[in-house]
Amino acid sequence: MELKTKIASEEGKQDLVITREFDLPLDLLFKAYEEAGLVEQWMNTKVIMLENKKYGGWRFETSDPNGNVVFSANGVIHEFVANEKITRTFEMENSPFAVQLEFLEFESLTEETSKLTMQIVYRTVEFRDQMLKLPFKQGLNMAHNRLQEIAGKLK
Amino acid sequence: MNRRRDVFQAIADPSRRAILLLVATHSMTAGAIASNFDTARPTVSKHLQILTECELLGQEQKGREIYYYINAKKMKEVSDFIEPFRKLWDDRFNKLQDVMKKYKSKK
Repeated sequence: MELKTKIASEEGKQDLVITREFDLPLDLLFKAYEEAGLVEQWMNTKVIMLENKKYGGWRFETSDPNGNVVFSANGVIHEFVANEKITRTFEMENSPFAVQLEFLEFESLTEETSKLTMQIVYRTVEFRDQMLKLPFKQGLNMAHNRLQEIAGKLK
Repeated sequence: MNRRRDVFQAIADPSRRAILLLVATHSMTAGAIASNFDTARPTVSKHLQILTECELLGQEQKGREIYYYINAKKMKEVSDFIEPFRKLWDDRFNKLQDVMKKYKSKK
C-alpha cells in the first residue's frame, strides 16, 4: 500500500517538510491537535499539559505497560490560530537531541478533505539526519528485545 | 521503484526484523532460523522468501543445506534511507484519521 505521507528532505539542509492529505474536514483535522483527549488517542501518549495559545506550552509523557515513563517531550507554543496554523518547539527530554522548531499549517482541500504541512527545523544538518535514521534503529532495538525475550524463554 | 518499496515493507514487519537480526550474527539454515521462533515453519519460510526476494538476505549452498546470510550492502542502503521515518509518521497520521472519523460519527 502506498504511504499517504510525503517527506521532502533536501540533502545538506537542516529542515524537512512532512505533508499529508486527510479524509477529514479541516475543522476535524485541527481538533485532533487541539483537544488533549484526542491527542492522547492518536499520539498514544499522555498529555500532561497543553496550552493552546500564544506563550503557551505543552508536555507529553509516554509510559510502558508497567507504568515506567519511556518517553517525554515538551515545548512552547508561539502561534496558535484555529484551523490555520500552530508554531511550536519540540524537545525530547533526556535525549542528546537539540530542541527543534515546528511550523504546522492546516488547509482545507474540499468539504471533506484537508491537508497538513509540517516543517521541522533542526539545529544542524547532522541532527536532522540522525533523527531520520532513528526509527530504523528503534525498530532494530525492538526486534532485539523480542529476540532476548524469546531467548529468555528457552533457558 | 517497486522493488524499493518492497524492501521497506519487508522491514516493516517485526518478525522479519527479528530474523535479520538473528542472521546478522552468522549464516543459518531455514530450520535453524525457524527453531528460534514460536511461529509455524511455513510462516518463517514465507518471511525468508520475502527477505531473499528483496535482497536483504542471500542464499548459499553448503553440501545439502542452504544457508541464509545477511546482505550487508543492502541493509546499509535501507538504514540510511528515510523510509522508516516516513512510515512512522504515516502510521501516526492514519491513527489520527481513524480517531477523528470515530469522533465525528459519535457526535
